[in-house]
Amino acid sequence: MSTTHLGMPAVRDDSHDTGLPTYSPAGQGNLRGATSFPKAAHEKLLDTQLRRNLGKATGIIRGKRAGVVAELDDWEELRLAGSAIKADVMARLPELLEQLEENVTARGGHVHWARDAAEANRIVADLVRATGADEVVKVKSMATQETGLNEALAEQGIAAWETDLAELIVQLGHDAPSHILVPAIHRNRSEIREIFLREMPNVDPALADDPRELAMAARAHLRRKFLTAKVAVSGANFAVADTGTLSVVESEGNGRMCLTLPDTLITLMGVEKLVPTWSDLEVFLQLLPRSSTGERMNPYTSTWTGVTPGDGPQEFHLVLLDNGRSAVLADEDGRAALHCIRCSACLNVCPVYERVGGHAYGSVYPGPIGAVLSPMLTGISGPDDPNASLPYASSLCGACFDACPVRIDIPNLLVQQRAASVESHPRPTAQDLALRAAAVAMSSPGRFAAAEKGLALGRLVAGRKGRISSLPWPLSHWTDSRDVPAPPAETARQWWARTGGNDDEQEGRA
Amino acid sequence: MATCLGDAMFPQAVKGTVKLLRRLGHEVVFPEGQTCCGQMHVNTGYLREAVPLVRHHVDVFEPVAHGEWDAVVAPSGSCTGCVRHQHAMVARRAGDEALAERAEAVAGRTYELSELLVDVLGVTDVGAYYPHRVTYHPTCHSLRMLRVADKPLQLLRAVRGLELVELPDAEVCCGFGGTFAVKNGETSTAMLADKMRNVLGTRAEVCTAGDSSCLMHIGGGLGRLRTGVRTVHLAEILASTEASQTPAAAGSAGGVRDEPAEAQR
Amino acid sequence: MSGAREEVLARLRAARDAGAPRGGVPPVPRDYHRSGSLEPGGREVLDLLVERVEDYRARVLCAGTDDEVAAAVARCLDEAGSRRFVVPADLEQGWRPRIGDRELVEEHPSAPLTVPELDALDAVVTGSSVAIALTGTIVLAGGAPGQGRRALTLVPDHHVCVVRAADVVETVPEALARLDPSVPLTFISGPSATSDIELDRVEGVHGPRRLDVVVVG
Repeated sequence: MSTTHLGMPAVRDDSHDTGLPTYSPAGQGNLRGATSFPKAAHEKLLDTQLRRNLGKATGIIRGKRAGVVAELDDWEELRLAGSAIKADVMARLPELLEQLEENVTARGGHVHWARDAAEANRIVADLVRATGADEVVKVKSMATQETGLNEALAEQGIAAWETDLAELIVQLGHDAPSHILVPAIHRNRSEIREIFLREMPNVDPALADDPRELAMAARAHLRRKFLTAKVAVSGANFAVADTGTLSVVESEGNGRMCLTLPDTLITLMGVEKLVPTWSDLEVFLQLLPRSSTGERMNPYTSTWTGVTPGDGPQEFHLVLLDNGRSAVLADEDGRAALHCIRCSACLNVCPVYERVGGHAYGSVYPGPIGAVLSPMLTGISGPDDPNASLPYASSLCGACFDACPVRIDIPNLLVQQRAASVESHPRPTAQDLALRAAAVAMSSPGRFAAAEKGLALGRLVAGRKGRISSLPWPLSHWTDSRDVPAPPAETARQWWARTGGNDDEQEGRA
Repeated sequence: MATCLGDAMFPQAVKGTVKLLRRLGHEVVFPEGQTCCGQMHVNTGYLREAVPLVRHHVDVFEPVAHGEWDAVVAPSGSCTGCVRHQHAMVARRAGDEALAERAEAVAGRTYELSELLVDVLGVTDVGAYYPHRVTYHPTCHSLRMLRVADKPLQLLRAVRGLELVELPDAEVCCGFGGTFAVKNGETSTAMLADKMRNVLGTRAEVCTAGDSSCLMHIGGGLGRLRTGVRTVHLAEILASTEASQTPAAAGSAGGVRDEPAEAQR
Repeated sequence: MSGAREEVLARLRAARDAGAPRGGVPPVPRDYHRSGSLEPGGREVLDLLVERVEDYRARVLCAGTDDEVAAAVARCLDEAGSRRFVVPADLEQGWRPRIGDRELVEEHPSAPLTVPELDALDAVVTGSSVAIALTGTIVLAGGAPGQGRRALTLVPDHHVCVVRAADVVETVPEALARLDPSVPLTFISGPSATSDIELDRVEGVHGPRRLDVVVVG
């Protein structure tokens, strides 16, 4: 981490060209919410419908994932390989990107580079305008969510049509995605039916809330768009450096529609989504579907390399996005967050995510991985930065690590980002002072024993009830819902000093 | 390793550990210089502030690395986890490689109670008697940091008189998470509610675990609602025998811990 | 634009070195199964493929000879009520059903159908390059014999796909080793599907809503 690498270049947080690792500039894209996590969670925890929707959906997907993962007796070996391939990618990222660029270009594609979200959006908007189109169809893409591409295109008079069913639900509902894989996971069928009835032109007013009927309504709504679209925008799940091949993994066929029918395809991709060789995909095409949708394989995976005459878009642009990734890469431990393949398994197993949902995280990357990736991409500006609260949005239970197909040690990264959060304080906060004092007290047995004398006060507060039900702020956050036991009459240390550990039978029975 | 919480708030878990190990014929030492492993500081992000705590812990427990003692044991999965998985990291991050290596040597011989009993000492039947209906909550750090798996259950199954009931969704966090319970108190409470629902569903009278901290959380909720379920540390159950089972020792229904009422008298 | 390229690469080079792992990067352990235990094209691997494809609620028919393939294809088309169907011009002649009252359209690379023309068709019949038994996946390679371009197998609502036994392997790594990434590939595992509403799986969205597979050999 930052304190130990004396030779490490400072991570920059402005957009001047310094050639140094740079955070995503403040005020761009969707990596930072407006409020701290506990405040946002307060609202979400009150939403009983949300709790029910999330609990049901994450429960189903956890079960499906567990089933298909258990089928493979080499799952752990695949995870180890996936993790090591990504570590290798990070160690050679600039070289591999140049190799990718060379291969894409050799096959008739065009490669663009974007320092940040605003630049990526500008590149895409310019490319769309150059085709003369005023609308695009979109495949679900985290990168374009991150940059806020749809809003940027709208400012340029270009309409972006989301074609993934869940993204469509979010777009029609004037809502924000709350999950990496299932952006409308916070909505149930009857809410979706209402959105469709309200927002979809020509929808059958007798539309029922059956998922099949709703999916068919989406099909009818989008089919004309697919068949007439001139430009598509996609993200990418993987890019293969040694062949220049791009890949999109999907289920509905909306991806195939976008990747195949339009004349122009623009793909926006974070620089980290690389694998070195074609055969490396054999690992990720096993890890990703089982971890994300809980299927042996997702219905459709498309791969393409540059432009193929007579098949698919004849103009292909690949936009490579930094937007803070260089800052993450500069962190020895933290760069593991760039290994993420956006499967969302960590969200589905996270007890915090399950109860508050994705919106509470503010960033487009929610859940455990988002709680580390978002502040790492943006940097933490101080104690009032909403992203400073994200690393604390976890009980460090570790379920995310066990579920992660590329073995990202998310609990450790959470702790490291907590340190980054603490170390961003320009002046000590009350918490800083309390923990510093505690560290002083606890690093000497004499001071510690002296501090323990304060426990007598606790016994006084507890009185004859033997429990404490109300404490002052901030400990009131505990006693709001939980009692505290009265401290014992004698600490273990005192007991040992008094008895040498010998009279436990008499003690306490007197 | 008594742990700071065990020392100050839950000495019965420490006493249980001592009593149990002596009953099994082992010599137990209580290094009086010990304070705290620094877990709260580490997990709240005070990695610099944790360095003196790590150094102090290593100073106190280093005799185990020199073979003076055979093992360090703690009745806590999370404190053991901090020692084993975080101490060296904290030292390295501060650029103190020598401390990191000393910490690794101590960590290599530091065990959570069920690990010591089952893996090191090779016992599952510790000769305990505990005539109660009990459910077991595997704490996150014992489960996923230390991978103790079913060792505590093996120990509990061998306890005479104990009726063990399986806890549904046992592996889901109770919502404690150290300062998480305060910093994100509402989310923590939502998690606790589900844990309590599952505990109550078992109709157990006792919920046990290997960490006093998680038990303080679960017990704090069970007690607040006067559910009639109490929390008892695994070490206390394993230390329990026919001789120690008096009516008074059945504990208060306050749910916070086994013996507060007696300790007060 | 070149300014951005140089800047991003410079940042990444600095970051690569700043965050380099002190212990270096270990070699990639490849202890997972890089090949299956079942022989490609053998009985067991075919059985597994059939089971896994059916799991996605696709229909699977088995055929021994080209004539049986043609008959199976005809059955699939009839049962779905697919009258107007398209094939790539280089589709195996022996696999084509007798025309009867159906209408066959052949697509030649030199004269591709327009999207509205494709949309007016009921079905498409193609071959395939590789199938993965373990995952129930069939891979089509754009432009490979009998497989046509990608739009051909996408726009019509019913896809009948013939898989040769010899092309069936057990695992994903075996399949990738047989594929040429320079042509566009489509990995198909059942009909299109979505689980976006309450994680409830619905088969048939934008891609072909019906997938029939004929395994030959």
